[in-house]
Amino acid sequence: MHNIWTLARREYRHYFISPIAYVVALVIVLTIGIFFVINVYYAGTQGLSSGASAPDISIVIGPLSTVFLLTSPALTMRLLADEQRMGTMELLLTAPIRDWELVVGKWLGALLFSLTLIAITLIFPIVLNQLVTPGIDQGVMMAGYLAIILLVMTFLALGTAVSAIFSNQFAAFFGTLMLLLVFWYLIRLPTYITQVSSIVNFFTYLDLSGRFNNLLTGQVGLSDILYPLSLTAFGLFVASVVVEMRRWQ
Amino acid sequence: MIRAEGLTKDYGSRRAIENLTFEARQGEVVGFLGPNGAGKTTTLRILTGYMPPSFGTAQVAGYDVVDDSLEVRRRVGYLPETVPLYPDMTAFEYLKFMADLRHIPDSDELIDETLEMVGMSERADGYIGKLSKGMRQRIGLAQALLHKPEVLILDEPTIGLDPAQVVEIRNIIRETGKERTVLLSTHILSEAQQLCDRVMIINKGRIVAEDSPKNLEARLVGAERALLRIKGEVEDLVPQLSKIKGIQELKVRPDGALEFQFSPGMDIRPTVAKTVVNAGYELLELSPVGMSLEEIFLELTRDGTSAH
Repeated sequence: MHNIWTLARREYRHYFISPIAYVVALVIVLTIGIFFVINVYYAGTQGLSSGASAPDISIVIGPLSTVFLLTSPALTMRLLADEQRMGTMELLLTAPIRDWELVVGKWLGALLFSLTLIAITLIFPIVLNQLVTPGIDQGVMMAGYLAIILLVMTFLALGTAVSAIFSNQFAAFFGTLMLLLVFWYLIRLPTYITQVSSIVNFFTYLDLSGRFNNLLTGQVGLSDILYPLSLTAFGLFVASVVVEMRRWQ
Repeated sequence: MIRAEGLTKDYGSRRAIENLTFEARQGEVVGFLGPNGAGKTTTLRILTGYMPPSFGTAQVAGYDVVDDSLEVRRRVGYLPETVPLYPDMTAFEYLKFMADLRHIPDSDELIDETLEMVGMSERADGYIGKLSKGMRQRIGLAQALLHKPEVLILDEPTIGLDPAQVVEIRNIIRETGKERTVLLSTHILSEAQQLCDRVMIINKGRIVAEDSPKNLEARLVGAERALLRIKGEVEDLVPQLSKIKGIQELKVRPDGALEFQFSPGMDIRPTVAKTVVNAGYELLELSPVGMSLEEIFLELTRDGTSAH
């Protein structure tokens, strides 16, 4: 645990000196802010008169998922790829730390940075709570934040795995983006073209966005939590195996 | 203490090192000497737990490098060929990070001490990215020395340093080698000669010679050689010269000079000179031919013949 923490802390600090992190932070806060203002304004002027329900936490969490889909690859692309490129991988692989500790430490650093960004967006539900009466549903809000945290954990773990494979940052970025798009959109495509229920069930189960939307409604199901957690564990496992395999090449 | 037996490493179909067996004891500085691509870095990487060997075993500080890799890594200080540094960290932060990974409590004092040892105290708070090549090398060395490891493994430790820095770094290595085990690789002969108690010459993945620099030189040369040049045909003199006691291996070189050997400590050159003059020839040159470690090295690494 000590090693993981040491590595995560170094990674977390590193984000604050890299321009990518500030760009990502700006994109997140700006995008969510614009969506938020538009949604609230729309609800205030036309939405309510046409009988729609008051805006809830999904106007923050929904766009946040898209933003993280596009920015997570930028946060993970250098995690292991950069160590490989700079030659510091040799330092870490000859230090008394286990390969999985290295992987988990790196991932945790990226996660802590993402959690910091997510924490900034807490301002929006606070504002929203003031705007709507009788205030927003606290339970749904908690479920929404649980959903985005689980999602980011998964995205970052998959990105860490891709970063372990490539020593080129751009390759790691696009590889991760591709992989995330598969789990977020593409994986449910088979369900549109077949009626066989076992196949539909299988791909529905693997669809990350379905899980996410379930949570967003405030209905917390066990499998909706377990699936992103197992995908996270899988990503970190693959990353550890890749690091280990590099030793044997 | 380092003990390797039958170390072999294949990269795909290419064999990088083959059947290396060697030992380095405590209080000894041992050098791997060889041209680029000879397998030095591969060997060091196996010993530091970076990669496992394809065949063979190695123990470092009493632990197996594959089975007890973590224990080995705890006891080894390693400076890789490409100095592994984070340019965005200060020298102090970097060493603090390494101290944390090595679970050294209250490491501030130790870091100051180590920076002092490598002569970098004044740049402790400078960003590594802004340091010169020589300074970076020293920070890399500080990282390897930080936890006072039982075994120090250095891959080309003085590469890219200016002469004054080279002297400093060599002093540190020699000092460390008094109590610990130091294994270093170099392609600089004078470095191996000055620093190492024992040198292993490695070429194409095999150890072709192993001894103290001094013995290596003596054993390989075996005898002193001299060169004789006279006015006239030197061949005519050979029958008379071969009668001199102690003279060996007379041979006429293509340039017309005569080369011969004699046992060390039994200088026959005055006798040779007298013989030449008495035979009525004019002596032009009579000089010793040295065989430096450089020549031995070239000799050994050119065709890979074993000196054993």
